[in-house]
Amino acid sequence: MKQLLIFIRKEFRHILRDYRSMLVLLGLPIVQLLIFGFAITNETRNSSIAILDNAKDETTQKIITKFENSRYFDIDRTLTTNEQIEAAFKSGKIKLAIVFQSNFQNELAHANKAQIQLIADATDPNQATTLVNYASSIIMDYQNELNETNKLPYTIKTETRMLYNPQLKGAYTSVPGVMGMILLLISAMMTSIAIVKEKELGTMEILLVSPMKPWLVILSKAIPYFIISLINVATILILSVFILGLPIQGSLTLLILATVIYIFCALSLGLLISTITETQQEAMLISLLGLMMPVVMLSGYAFPIANMPFVLQALSNVVPAKWYIVIVKGIMIKGIGISQIWKELLILLVMTVLFLTISIKRFKIRL
Amino acid sequence: MKAVELKNIIKTYSTKKETITAVDDVSFSVEEGEIFGLIGPDGAGKTSIFRILTTLLLADKGNAKVLGNDVVKEWKTIRDIIGYMPGRFSLYQDLTVEENLDFFATIFNTTVQENYDLVADIYKQLEPFKTRRAGKLSGGMKQKLALSCALIHKPKILFLDEPTTGVDPVSRKEFWEMLKRLKKQGITILVSTPYMDEAKLCDRIALIQKGKILSINTPVEIVKQFGQNLYAAHSENMFKLLNDLRAFPKTKSCFAFGENHHLTLDGENIEELKNYLAERGHKQLTIREIKPEIEDCFMQLMKAHPNPSQREGL
Repeated sequence: MKQLLIFIRKEFRHILRDYRSMLVLLGLPIVQLLIFGFAITNETRNSSIAILDNAKDETTQKIITKFENSRYFDIDRTLTTNEQIEAAFKSGKIKLAIVFQSNFQNELAHANKAQIQLIADATDPNQATTLVNYASSIIMDYQNELNETNKLPYTIKTETRMLYNPQLKGAYTSVPGVMGMILLLISAMMTSIAIVKEKELGTMEILLVSPMKPWLVILSKAIPYFIISLINVATILILSVFILGLPIQGSLTLLILATVIYIFCALSLGLLISTITETQQEAMLISLLGLMMPVVMLSGYAFPIANMPFVLQALSNVVPAKWYIVIVKGIMIKGIGISQIWKELLILLVMTVLFLTISIKRFKIRL
Repeated sequence: MKAVELKNIIKTYSTKKETITAVDDVSFSVEEGEIFGLIGPDGAGKTSIFRILTTLLLADKGNAKVLGNDVVKEWKTIRDIIGYMPGRFSLYQDLTVEENLDFFATIFNTTVQENYDLVADIYKQLEPFKTRRAGKLSGGMKQKLALSCALIHKPKILFLDEPTTGVDPVSRKEFWEMLKRLKKQGITILVSTPYMDEAKLCDRIALIQKGKILSINTPVEIVKQFGQNLYAAHSENMFKLLNDLRAFPKTKSCFAFGENHHLTLDGENIEELKNYLAERGHKQLTIREIKPEIEDCFMQLMKAHPNPSQREGL
């Protein structure tokens, strides 16, 4: 026990004295979460638009006012001729142009239909689609108001509800993603590097010759990173609740339990990496390429798994982060309980046991 | 019981291209309480032998025992009773002197206080720097700290793999004095070194070359076995002198040796040699008979046992 304690103290000294690494370990989750939560997002706000109103009547004014009041749009300029539209787009300032036909009110009143043209800058297709959707929904909104007063029969309405994330907030995907990534990075990469470092510096030679049991050496390497991971989980959750405004719908205890299992899984992966590598660079490269890439590409965090070819879908099943992200999304956002995520938890547990067994089998008691 | 016993140990390393025999059928034993030296150049197989004895490496063939414990079957027992100082500086550079010593004491199930007297002589010199990080110590200080760490759990046998490589001459001398003191405390010491001048400080030595033991004996006996007159030659032009000496028909061997050339001759032909060299224009020539040293013996033995690859080349 005394051996374990002094070993853990030594590990903390290594970490604390390398203040640059420590800054990365503790600062990285905060930076990543804020970048993914705020800066990199699919939400569009205050997009500049141009309006070409060929009718200039009461109805078009009402619709324009609705656009003015929307927080999604800023009316950048009002155009007078069709030719100005192209010039407005080329200036690069506007993302969307709204064109009302002439005689808009009359047509609407007598022919029961009038036309609005939405022209979007599709150099960024995702943004264009989002903007067109926003604009359409504003126009639909107005149409509904009209229909209510007129009581016209035969109207078909589509109603869309964005469940669990009504505002389509980016934080809903970024928080579970960042947690899946950071915990893997710290637990697996840092642990494997810390173990391999002893091999590389030659201190492993002395540790092996000492009466200290090899599994105690491993345990004392893993515990400091386990603690750092827990600190990171706390930071991420506090930030996401209080800064990103993402509430935890489900049980916090269950979330922490699932996270601890995931950290164990990542630690055992780190241990596995340390048994197959000899140098710190090797360990880092394998962690980055072998762990980070799949987490980003195949966990469903950046790209939807359902759209992938079959082979990649199958491959994504062996990425622990995929299961963890499903669990975190379920607990944090949908508020579901253990009865719906026990399967994912079990998969993570089985993976952990598997990685641990292989590592222990492979761990060398000699050089 | 012997402190260390090796029987027909063979260890090979395979690369894609070739198989290198690092330890080639080595047998020797070390008595309890003696300082035993493994003397040989780099690549002679010293580190492999140390790693086999410290249970870090498995031999291909043969068996070895440390205080009666088999290195393969009873590795756990051996790891409890030995002290090991690897050739490479293996302490934590970012921990202080004090923290390093404390760490190694604890993982070896002891405390610094308990065995302080054992390391006191060495550690006293380090004490002024005890809050300094190990990475910032001088080479000699690092070795002293490494030795303190290897000693702190009062091992029965101490394995020191090239402890003085890269250490200044003064520290080397101090280091050997420390080993003498440790021996008095009853600790068996197995030490390797590439420095021949350190050999005579051991009780017994094994001269080793390319994985083979050339000779095992006390330093005095090894020197006695030289069995020939040895001369040291010096002149103004040492390079030309070496070539001329080697060209002299009755020269048996001739090596550059510090500021002199050491040579052995067939028969007593000193006057003939002097004339021969004078003819070739050597000035301020001195040739005197000297006592052979371990290195001379080593050179002689190497000549008598050419290694396999050289033999193939001839």
